[in-house]
Amino acid sequence: MIANDPLHGLAGEILHDEIVPARAPWSHTLRAGETLRMIDLEGNQAIDFLAYALADDAERYSAQDTIAAQGNVYLRDGSVLMSNEGRPMLTVLGSTVARHDTIGGACSCESNTLRYGHHTKAQHACVDNFLLANADYGRTKRDMVSNVNWFMNVPVEADGALGIVDGISAPGLHVDLRAEMDVVVVVSNCPQINNPCNGFNPTPVRMVVARAG
Amino acid sequence: MTSTTADPKSARAHARAMSGTVVETMPTIPASQASDLPPTVRPADVAWDETIAAGGYASRQLARGTRLRLTDLYGDACGAMLVFNAERPVERLNIADTVKVQWNAYLGAGRLLLSDMGRVMMSILEDETEGHDTFCGASNRASNARVFGDGFNHGAHPNARDRFVIALAKYGLTRRDIHPCVTWFKPVHIAEDGAAELDVGPFAAGRDIVLRAEMDVIVVIANCPHVLDTRADYRVTPLRATAWRGPVTPLDDRVRNLTPEGLRAFQNVEDYYQR
Repeated sequence: MIANDPLHGLAGEILHDEIVPARAPWSHTLRAGETLRMIDLEGNQAIDFLAYALADDAERYSAQDTIAAQGNVYLRDGSVLMSNEGRPMLTVLGSTVARHDTIGGACSCESNTLRYGHHTKAQHACVDNFLLANADYGRTKRDMVSNVNWFMNVPVEADGALGIVDGISAPGLHVDLRAEMDVVVVVSNCPQINNPCNGFNPTPVRMVVARAG
Repeated sequence: MTSTTADPKSARAHARAMSGTVVETMPTIPASQASDLPPTVRPADVAWDETIAAGGYASRQLARGTRLRLTDLYGDACGAMLVFNAERPVERLNIADTVKVQWNAYLGAGRLLLSDMGRVMMSILEDETEGHDTFCGASNRASNARVFGDGFNHGAHPNARDRFVIALAKYGLTRRDIHPCVTWFKPVHIAEDGAAELDVGPFAAGRDIVLRAEMDVIVVIANCPHVLDTRADYRVTPLRATAWRGPVTPLDDRVRNLTPEGLRAFQNVEDYYQR
């Protein structure tokens, strides 16, 4: 059953294969040419994602540069994730989900108080994951920028209305990213429980890194 | 002919002879001499008046309660703006939270600029424009080079990102601190397929927006052509910034109470100042 093989179509030697638990941060260095496959194991699990250039981490993923460069707010097959210096960082090679988000940002304890009420302030949030994971590299809150939300669905309507709505992913769907430069990717496996970005139930995801021969 | 700048004293005289020169794109000093103020504004309350050149930049610290009027003097300004908490600049405008928390990406009167700490930084009191851009961000050297052949700040086609770098350096901040920005006066709308569509006008001259600082802020404005603007001749016109001191937002303020999410953003900033 090739079609059910979660590594189907991922070419080359497997360098790394890891399950990221529900609610956890994760980071990994990708060399140019390596491919990261992110697998949504149980379906509709948002993966909040940042990337920093390995050589100079003041250069980092820029949602706005990415949107401007492709003239579109949705990330799809072929989308190129651009840096704040206007350089390609990663390319979406293959996505079995139609589109992903990069305008919704990451949940935080503080923004949760606005969105849902002050009773949510103590809940775990993506920004806390990012802050902790980035601290391993000496990065701080100043290094936080708008992120990608893989497997998250944020439609924008004609009057500008937008919101995180029910997902369009499913168990086993994946997205592949090819590194166009040496990058450190930093991930929060989103712990949000107040909206449908995780189907109200955070679940593990699988991260597989491969290098084509 | 003898040079007028051959020795220090004549060079001094030459320099001093420039004093009093008036050009369009300059600050009004003292700001109380600013013209065209709203009738209710006392000249003594004016905190800042500056006309930002096409391709230029400016920045300012504004006290909580201060109103900031931005004027698109000739209908083709493009004001990319960063906002920091002046007291602790690691708190800054968060565009994703701004659009997500308010359930809408199109800014206009009554909408708020939110920080990454769940607080309102500025609110939009008045807006005469056709809209703004929260999606596409600032131009950079590479994007300007594609459209104009170069994007150097020392050349004819300065880019907004390098303008931000220079402006932030004057506050001890660096390019690490450049966050996703809002761009005033150039509407970007999202089509059904997700396409980001820029409207470059033509727009009427003299369009105003009026913001209110809800905390002590540093605003940084770069007035460079929009990153999606494909007009090849670097089309952008001067932008005027005028600020005047005003009262801190009262509890019964209309904008404060417009939405439950916005109200909590005001409550969080009120809580921050409760010390």
